Amino acid sequence: MTDLLVALLAVCAVWTGWRVFRVDSMVRATFSLMLSFVAVGAIGVLLSAPYIGVATVFMMAVEMMVMAIFMVMFMMNPAGLNPMSMVHQHRVSIGAGVLAFFGLAAAILVSRPPSNPVAPDADVVTELGLELLGPSMLIFETAGVTLLATMVGAVILSSRQGRFGSADEGSRPPGLTEGGDPAGQRPDGGGGGHHHHGGHG
Amino acid sequence: MTLTIVLLGATALVGIGLYGALSQQSFVMLMMGLELMLNGALLAIIGFWSLSLGGMPEGQLMAIIVMAVMAVELAIGFALIVAVYRKRQADVTESIDTLRQ
Repeated sequence: MTDLLVALLAVCAVWTGWRVFRVDSMVRATFSLMLSFVAVGAIGVLLSAPYIGVATVFMMAVEMMVMAIFMVMFMMNPAGLNPMSMVHQHRVSIGAGVLAFFGLAAAILVSRPPSNPVAPDADVVTELGLELLGPSMLIFETAGVTLLATMVGAVILSSRQGRFGSADEGSRPPGLTEGGDPAGQRPDGGGGGHHHHGGHG
Repeated sequence: MTLTIVLLGATALVGIGLYGALSQQSFVMLMMGLELMLNGALLAIIGFWSLSLGGMPEGQLMAIIVMAVMAVELAIGFALIVAVYRKRQADVTESIDTLRQ
């Protein structure tokens, strides 16, 4: 029974994961990804990891809401009114994905992992709490500090400018040759490939 | 048997995520591919913890670490997208090829 439910949920997770790259609307893709996470969380609950499963669902629901907002901000086609396919190196990507799947699947089918399921009466949430605030406290706290650093980094990266104005104001990438034009496009746009040839001669 | 099913599902998620991360032009869709790969990793960890580790608490800790990685990836990823958009008005990967040879 559990087997069947787990298999059903796994298929559901994979199918919604696949829909992420097939639907025409970015917002629909976001909710599809959320359904995939919810299915994984439900598998966690079924496989006697209630805390991890429920935490996954809650966290991913919030994360996907944030993602949906960014979708609407950045996408030209949030409503899915016309077909959307923005891909590059399509064949290589399909090949890499298929190769990864079959390689890992072969490894799974060949190997025999030990069969040692959780005892049905095990108090897994209590054990997790004792582990988090006991032997593995340093790891847990490191994760906390990492998240703090992430917050600081996200604010710095997305703020319009630094304390003393724009960091690259008046800067110019170095030239390919001495006094020559810089490589690639100018960061400040310029527009239309207007180049000064010769420089200092 | 259950473990094989779970791991195959996780593998499929990783494969789809890899396809998405490599093929999508839009930064946001690319990040969805990365999230899908992490989703597969989370599923595999849950499966191994529940069916072959005998409920070792460190397995759950690892799942929590993966969730923290997801949060970090999302936050820093979106901050980078905003920074690139401010600088270049770009929202697809083809627009930032300054370093391309």
